[in-house]
This record gives sequence, C-alpha cells and structure tokens, in this order.
Amino acid sequence: MTVRTAFEKARADERAALVGYLPAGYPDVAGGIDALRAMVDAGCDVIEVGLPYSDPVMDGPTIQAAAQQALEGGVRPVDVLRTVEAVAATGTPTVIMTYWNPVERYGVARFAADLANAGGSGLITPDLTPDSGAEWITAADEHDLDKVFLVAPSSTDERIAMTTAACRGFVYATAVMGVTGARATTSDLAGPLVTRTKAAVLTQGSDLPVGVGLGVSNGDQAAEVASYADGVIVGSAFVRILLDHADDRAAGLRALGALTEDLAAGVRRG
Amino acid sequence: MTTHPERTTTYDADERGWFGDPGTGFGGRYMPEALVAALDELTVAWHEAMADPTFVAEFDTILREYGGLPSPLYHAERLSQRVGARILLKREDLNHTGAHKIRNVLGQALLTRRMGKTRVIAETGAGQHGVASATAAAYFGLDCTVYMGSVDTKRQALNVARMNLLGATVVAVDSGSATLKDAINEALRDWVATVDHTAYLFGTAAGPHPFPSMVRDFTRGIGDEARAQCLEQYGVLPDALAACVGGGSNAIGLFTAFLDDPDVAIYGYEAGGEGFATGRHAATIYAADPGVLHGARTYVLQDEDGQTLESHSISAGLDYPGVGPQHAHLAATGRASYLPVTDAEAMDAMALLARTEGIIPAIESAHAVAGALRLAEERPGQTILVCLSGRGDKDMETALDYFGLGRADTETGDVR
Repeated sequence: MTVRTAFEKARADERAALVGYLPAGYPDVAGGIDALRAMVDAGCDVIEVGLPYSDPVMDGPTIQAAAQQALEGGVRPVDVLRTVEAVAATGTPTVIMTYWNPVERYGVARFAADLANAGGSGLITPDLTPDSGAEWITAADEHDLDKVFLVAPSSTDERIAMTTAACRGFVYATAVMGVTGARATTSDLAGPLVTRTKAAVLTQGSDLPVGVGLGVSNGDQAAEVASYADGVIVGSAFVRILLDHADDRAAGLRALGALTEDLAAGVRRG
Repeated sequence: MTTHPERTTTYDADERGWFGDPGTGFGGRYMPEALVAALDELTVAWHEAMADPTFVAEFDTILREYGGLPSPLYHAERLSQRVGARILLKREDLNHTGAHKIRNVLGQALLTRRMGKTRVIAETGAGQHGVASATAAAYFGLDCTVYMGSVDTKRQALNVARMNLLGATVVAVDSGSATLKDAINEALRDWVATVDHTAYLFGTAAGPHPFPSMVRDFTRGIGDEARAQCLEQYGVLPDALAACVGGGSNAIGLFTAFLDDPDVAIYGYEAGGEGFATGRHAATIYAADPGVLHGARTYVLQDEDGQTLESHSISAGLDYPGVGPQHAHLAATGRASYLPVTDAEAMDAMALLARTEGIIPAIESAHAVAGALRLAEERPGQTILVCLSGRGDKDMETALDYFGLGRADTETGDVR
C-alpha cells in the first residue's frame, strides 16, 4: 500500500496530507503503537515510524532523547516491524524512517521483504541519497515499496532532479538547514525549495507529491506549509508531548490526539 | 620535503570516494542531502588546491616555519640494541602542538581560508585534535567551535583550558555515550545548520568523501619525508612500517608513500584495550565487521542490530568505534596488516621508550612502539620504521595512575 494513495485522497479533498512521526519503542513498544494509533484516529494520513539508532546525526535533542530511551529499553528492528504491522493494519499507509546502518546490518533485501510482509509502505532514508542507494532501490522495486529520499535548500537543481526521479511515494523536502526539532516560525527556505522541487517533478512528467518537514509544531504553521506543499510532516512536536507525559500515558494520548486535530484542521485551512 | 612527486597510488579511491568496488568496498558518502552540496564544494576546492602550486607552496612554508617540519627520522640506538632490530622513529612528537595532527588542521584551515569561509568546527576525543584546530584557527584568524563529549571534557580539563586560551569555544556534548562519536554527531548537526560559512575540520582520515582522501593528502608528508630521509640517511627502504590506528590519520600519512613499495611490510596497531577477547577494545579492523558510520562504509564496532558499540582504550586518541575506509581497504586487499595491542603492552612500551631513549611517547604512539617490539622479534636485524605520532605530556596523569608514579623517594634523603 503506497503512501501515494493517502496523498491522492488528500488532493481529491483539495488539501495537504498530514504525516506524523514517532520513533518505535517509546515509551515502550506497546505504548508507541498506542500513540501512533491515537494519531491515526485523530487525523494523520500517513505514519512515519522511526527506527531508533545510536548515531542519529539529523535529529535534534527531542527525537534523540526518545530514540535513546527506546534503545535503552531494548527496542530492536523486529519491534519496529511489529509497530509498522500494527499501525498499517488500521489502513493508514506507514513508512519507516531509518538511518542506513541498521538496514545494511539486517540485510537490505531481507529488510525490504520483512517490511513488505508487515504491510509497510516503504522507507524514508535521511542519510542515504539515491546516488549511494542502488542496493535499496533494487530491493524496494522488487518488493513494491516506496522510496522517499530527501531534498534540501542546499540541493542543486541537478540533485533535486536526480532525487525526485528516484523517489516513489513522495519526496521529503527539508524546510530548514538544520536538524529536526519544533521551531517557532516556519522557514522562508521551504517555499522556494518546494517550487524548485515541483518544477523538477513537472519536467519529469510525474506528479510525485512534495512533503515538507522539519519545524512544524502547530495548526497555523501546518496551514502555512499546506498552502504550497502536498504534505506536512510533523515529528518533534509529537515526540515532545510523549516526553512531557512520561508519567501519565492516558493524558499523553489525549494531548497527542488534540495536537493531531489541530494539525489536521491546519492542513485543511492551507 | 613535505610534498612528493608521486601523488597517486594503486590504493586510491575513485572519484566518488570508493576504495575498492563502489557499494561493496569501503568509503563512499552516506550523508544527509543537506550536506552533499558542501561536500561537493569541498571536493572541488581540495582538488583545485592540490593542483595549485601556490597552495602547495604555502602549505609547505607554513608547515616548515610554523609547524616545525619536517620532523626528524631518528635511529633509536639503545632501543635497537636491546631488541635486535634497527628501530627508526619518525619524530612527529616534536611538531608544534605535539603531534602529527598539526599537518591536517593547517591544511584544512588553509583550504577553509581559500574557500572564503570564516568559521571552523571540529570534534575531539582527548582534546588533541581540538587543540590543533584551535591553534590553526588562531593562526588563520578563524572562529572556532570544538565539540567534545562531556565525559572527555571532565577527564581532559587541561586540553579544554588550552582550547579556551587559544580562543576557541568548547561545547560539551551530553548525547549518546557523551564521547568522541557523539562529538562527531553534534559537529555534523552544527554543520548542517551553518554550512554556508563554516568548514568542518574533520580530525581523522575517516568520514564521508572527500575527508578520508583529503586528510590523507594533508598528512602524507609523514611518509613522504620518512621515505626520503630513510633513503638518504641509511641508503635503504625500511623492511616494515609500524603506526597506531584509531581513525587512522597518522597511519595513512605514513603508509601512503610506501604503498607501492611491495617489499615494505605495513602494520597498523589498533587499541586492544583490556584484550580483544574481553570485548573491551577499539580493534575495529581486527574485528572486521563492515557497516556504515559517520558517512562512510567501513569496519564498525556494532551490535547485531547495527547499533554502534562503545570502544575502550587507555588511549583516548584510539578510542573510536570506526576507522578510516582506506585502512579497511588496505586490510581487505592484504596490503597492510592490522593487529591489536593491549593497554598493558602499550604502557610497557611507553616506559621502555622513556627509559632507553629519553622520549615519552603519547600512549597512542606507544601502541606503534609495542608493535615494533613484536616486529623486532619476528624480523631480527631488519629496519623497522615507527611513526611516533605524538608526545606523552598529555598522558602523564594516566601514566601517573597506571604506574603509581608521582612519589618522590624520601627514605634516604640521598642526592641521586
């Protein structure tokens, strides 16, 4: 089940899709599944499940903290796949966001096969670009999986074209030059990047959706991003809620639901 | 004397940084897209600089007049007599700031200035690369921020003070294991946000392309000089080379000039810590487990899920769970051999060199000396060239604890 279906549905509703992220295994595997299901129930169109990794160079302190606690709790790739299976069973397309070494270690072909078996849609790979990703591209194509690569404000037009040509599902536009984390204002780099990315997609005769991530934390920001992007990706703001409700999970789930509703309303205003 | 007419070897990377076959060999670039433009810009600038006689001449002049190079090649006669082989020491311990690292940072900082960037960042473990980076930044008038694990800032307070005095900002990193690998992560996070005006002075011949090859180009003067000195002073090439390997910058700096001398045997010595079998070590190549860390495919100390493991060594400079990809390639092709040396062997070698030669080596370099002692047993009468990559002043507290030093004799009151 490609994430493409969720973007097409949103497009039919003339709105952007809401993509929500949490790392698997935080506060524990079952708690992480409950949290992601709460986000689905409250209006996330696509779910990103993070695979916790010891050296997450693209993540800011919030996601690092949750991922590190998940690792200390013993989360393993099989738990991440179990999380994907539980969330995908709701009918919401679910991808894994992962640094490359755990996939290489698991075995690229085997990981692709197990992800497909779990009902997962594909991978977002923050430290694997298409020009280094031949093995993953082959495995993804073999198992009919989405390949979501990233473009950045610093990307040249040539690299944007190379990246969008290699993507399936959507292309992830990083709105800021920096790591993950909620920010008070959205970036003025995002709009021009989306414009350049859409131009590349158009030239290729494709209608690959463009999702924008890094920094969005509320409905108003979501509305602003939704005015020019096909998808709004939110991570750290969700993780922050879980971290802040570590001793009251029920309250955390309610707060996650409330934030999701705010964001879901935002993508419908944009 | 720091440059060499033969710029290439048969063990170089391809234009995308792969040593061996792309994808299955070692090296490459596993990096966030946000940094690719900067790495491409750096690659172009490095190639242009190395082909520009003005840059090469200026680098040579700075190394000579400021860095104190070329360093001598010294025949350690008393040690040689004792072990039954000719031991030659490449005295990088005599360089400005006390180690080979000054070569790398002056090269990268000179390149930074050429690229028009105004700020440098660096990671450091024990603080040696941080001190060298702060020194180069002061020399060129660049802003400097050094990332250092909070575990290390506590155990290396003197080096933090040195960096402060040199005008650098030192940031203590609490994330992950709060050691060198996490300092690298934090420096990369800084770089993603500041790449338009900031250069990352990477401390070793590891990381994404072009760092492994670029750092090698800046440190290869060690071997270029040593090869010429050995021929000039002794009329022969060495039979074997010995260097310590953490990330591997001094080792690749020594080895490069000799890679295409097939009769020269090449040995790298990794930190065996408390013994390879205990699992508490930093013998990354010896463990031979390929993976991706800090932007390169190389050997990595990792668990069965690909999570990076903590390394262990009495020597902070060798305490790194990855290794430069060219070393992985040299090991895989059999051109060089990499073996672990335990903490105890290294400390014994440190004491032996101090007492036979009046040279206190860095504990990192003592691993190479310990390796040379083994080679002397296997190769009696042969010439063994050791990279004495740094001096041991910084290690006196460790030595004090390890040997129980620091007590004056008071029983007799004799004047000795």
